[in-house]
Amino acid sequence: MNKQEMNEIELIIGKILRVGVIISVAVMIIGLALLLIQGNGGYGSQFPTTFAAIGRGLLQFKPDAILMLGIFLLILTPVLRVVVSIYAFLKEKDYLYVYITTFVLIILAFAMIAGYWIGR
Amino acid sequence: MITANSIILMLITGLLAGILGSILGIGGGMIVTPILTVAMGLDIKYAIGASIIVVIATSSGATISFLKDEMLNLRVAMFLEIATTIGAVTGAALNGVIPKAVLYILFGLLVLNSSYTMIKKLRGKQKNDAATNVKADYLAQKLRLDGSYYDKATKEEVNYQVKNVPGGFLMMLGAGLASGLLGIGSGAFKVIAMDNIMKMPLKPSSATSNLMMGVTAAASATVYFFNGTIVPHIAVPLAVGVVFGAVIGSRIMQHLQPKVIRIIFIPILLYLGLQMVLKGFGVTI
Repeated sequence: MNKQEMNEIELIIGKILRVGVIISVAVMIIGLALLLIQGNGGYGSQFPTTFAAIGRGLLQFKPDAILMLGIFLLILTPVLRVVVSIYAFLKEKDYLYVYITTFVLIILAFAMIAGYWIGR
Repeated sequence: MITANSIILMLITGLLAGILGSILGIGGGMIVTPILTVAMGLDIKYAIGASIIVVIATSSGATISFLKDEMLNLRVAMFLEIATTIGAVTGAALNGVIPKAVLYILFGLLVLNSSYTMIKKLRGKQKNDAATNVKADYLAQKLRLDGSYYDKATKEEVNYQVKNVPGGFLMMLGAGLASGLLGIGSGAFKVIAMDNIMKMPLKPSSATSNLMMGVTAAASATVYFFNGTIVPHIAVPLAVGVVFGAVIGSRIMQHLQPKVIRIIFIPILLYLGLQMVLKGFGVTI
């Protein structure tokens, strides 16, 4: 793998991330607009925190469910950065860093499970 | 309960935090939490939850302006992220256990410290980024943490080595802990770990720190997301405001002397930090 190819991979990573940020911000703005139009989030003083509840709320176009989706997408963008970095290191045949980066991804996955578990 | 007014107030707060953050060179989290708690009386728990989303918005928002950062050292970032993410998850878990008064005091001290750093910067003493002759130690060689970057000022390609990897790793554990516990990016700690301890040049240190901030914040944000600490009506308008504010701020920066703005805002920051410490001790002025 030469420097030229590495540069191209990094540019692709940058573009993927840019799209990720734009999508999550767009979802947030749609949710905010809907919240302002409807005047409430659709859940009273509560808001959904589980995938199941958010999913159900999305089908009913509840503003809070859309807002939570936007937040979750925003949290996923740095995670996406880690995932594509694993791919970049793999292409570079830098296996030590494929392991190191995969380990970071495992910690992030563990964080999600821990949050779910603490939240109960 | 939620009115259009409060949403718009949060949007404006985020916008201002984004503009100020990029001008003052501190993370949005350092500005948002004092305003939410001291000025608006919000519970610090929810302020921290919203602030961690602001940190991700700031870090990821930077990718909208720059597709690719030449200064970045991806190997250093990924290796040290093992430490910051473990620290962040621990910090987020501790957040529910530690008394709120302690959170107020810790946060207030951090704000005071960052205003002190800004005053020091104002009085000159800009650290020059001389390529020091650092000899890589065993671990740094094994992990191939060396790097290079193009210095625009001297028009030279700078090659550098790093050392003291275990020390930097430990400092990053602390940086992650602070980030998860208080909902901040803890960029200053990260730069200290790389620049002061590992002897990495300042420019790649700050670029690498910015990338690490997003990944570190994502680790604690998932904990906060699922345990209901991130309130959508607060976090979303703030995050949206910050993204746009940061874009505006970086534009303003090109036309303005940041020194003047810093002189204006350091007293405000000092005041907010002091208020937070006092709030922790149960005193309100």
